[in-house]
Amino acid sequence: MFPELNNLLNTTPDTEEQGKLTLLCDAKTDGSFLVHHFLSFYLKANCKVCFVALVQSFSHYNIVGQKLGVSLTAARERGQLTFLEALKSSVDIFFQTPVEPPQPLQFLREASAADLRPLYAFVREALKPGDGGEVTRKPPVLLVDDLSVLLSLGVGAVAVLDFIHYCRATVCAELKGSMVALVHDSGDEDEENDLLLSGLSHQSHLILRAEGLATGFCKDVHGQLRILWRRPSQPTALRDRSLTYQYKIQDKTVSFFAKGLSPAVL
Amino acid sequence: MLESLLALGGLVLLRDSVEWEGRNLLKALIKKSTLRGEQVHVLGCEVSEEEFREGFNSDINNRVVYHDLFRDPLNWSNTGEAFPGGPLGALRAMCRMTDPRPITIALDSLSWLLLHFPCSTVCQTLHTLHHQGSCCGDGSSVNVLGLLHEELHGPGPLGALSNLAQIEVTLGGTVGKASAHILYRKPRHRPTHQTQWFSILPDFSLDLQEGPPLKSQPHPDSHTLPVDPTTHLTFNLRLSKKERETRDSLTLPFQFSSEKQQALLRSEPMQASSHILYEPDVYDDLDPEDPDDDLDV
Repeated sequence: MFPELNNLLNTTPDTEEQGKLTLLCDAKTDGSFLVHHFLSFYLKANCKVCFVALVQSFSHYNIVGQKLGVSLTAARERGQLTFLEALKSSVDIFFQTPVEPPQPLQFLREASAADLRPLYAFVREALKPGDGGEVTRKPPVLLVDDLSVLLSLGVGAVAVLDFIHYCRATVCAELKGSMVALVHDSGDEDEENDLLLSGLSHQSHLILRAEGLATGFCKDVHGQLRILWRRPSQPTALRDRSLTYQYKIQDKTVSFFAKGLSPAVL
Repeated sequence: MLESLLALGGLVLLRDSVEWEGRNLLKALIKKSTLRGEQVHVLGCEVSEEEFREGFNSDINNRVVYHDLFRDPLNWSNTGEAFPGGPLGALRAMCRMTDPRPITIALDSLSWLLLHFPCSTVCQTLHTLHHQGSCCGDGSSVNVLGLLHEELHGPGPLGALSNLAQIEVTLGGTVGKASAHILYRKPRHRPTHQTQWFSILPDFSLDLQEGPPLKSQPHPDSHTLPVDPTTHLTFNLRLSKKERETRDSLTLPFQFSSEKQQALLRSEPMQASSHILYEPDVYDDLDPEDPDDDLDV
């Protein structure tokens, strides 16, 4: 986790809010550093984590996690982390006969518009309160990287929204846990993606949007992060709902600074 | 007009966006409705009952009936607990309610219904809902409050719902201040527009306000500049009389006037006062032939 981002979001591993959906989105840049932040953040907070990894392999997240001070291998072995490695599991879906109950990625085989019930069932099973153990005292967390890939795999935007809806009902409302999901913003090119992004934005409590700089690539400033707090518990909390910072990604951390105040240009 | 929305009756559309969300205003209007003694039925598809009831005191909560279609709207759990027919079935059941008391129906949200059911079905159900009150014969009115997320729908469904609605409230605002643009369609009258600035207090009461402070209002239409840019210039913008005369009497270098003609004619027999001295160096290639010889002009 990145301590500077924790400061901006006003959170620490001990005091994270419960029952919240955090939406990560990136436009013209790579926002996966936010996924790594939240993965290491919740593992350090000793929460039970279910990670649906649709774009990268386990070893990729493990290597980055080690730089941030967490070991995914150890977390998986002690039962704190349930990792769905879609890149590996998808091969099994195609080359094995379908079994009952349906596999989480069963939608890959279906020709018509599918729903994500088996994936939801997998998440529900992974995060249901277990039989004791210190990890179950903290609220569970679901991370998804990323949802735009599901659209590319033939799932409709409404089906993905339904999947997130059910996950919210179970993870956030019933189990008082948190959810983090990444969606790419393709601009105005993809209507289904826009529908997914808008629909998720309306369901989210916190939106972190990583954008490339409007002026292009820069060696010292890699992008801009916009933070939007929504659905505050107090309706009067309208002030300071939106903040914008610029950032630079380094080997083991990300540094944030106010717009135009990069240390490289001061 | 914002406070009297419910008295006007009919379908009230609350259009919100990601930046300006409308659920707090929906809850504030529900509170107003309960204070008038009405019972409120909420079709809850987007948030849990606990989250929706947060902030309401017990009086309000007693008058709010929350139809929970958030936990299992599509019957994925197959436990039989889900409402038969899903959210649309629940909405149709509301059409058949024969409660003689005035009721308000709050739809949270219409967007959820539009994403899962055809627009025509939703519009027909809303039409039935609105008219069932007037058809009951006992004069009870049914107010319908529908929360709609603008970005999720195309112009077709938005237009269809606009036509059905008696009142449309579009949420917006500037930094820190929320506004509601109200469009009221009275039957047989021209539609009226009003913009109302408001804020919602912690107990979900509506606090109507005047516009935001002037300095934070974005006014692109003012052409009068606050500072006169003609002060402290390093050059003259105007000419004095003498300068104007001098300028007018100036002869331009390439203007061929009669004086210039005479000067040229006089100077011809005389030698030019300037000479051009040219020393060709080693690399110059002086060709005595005329390069234009082969032209036929």
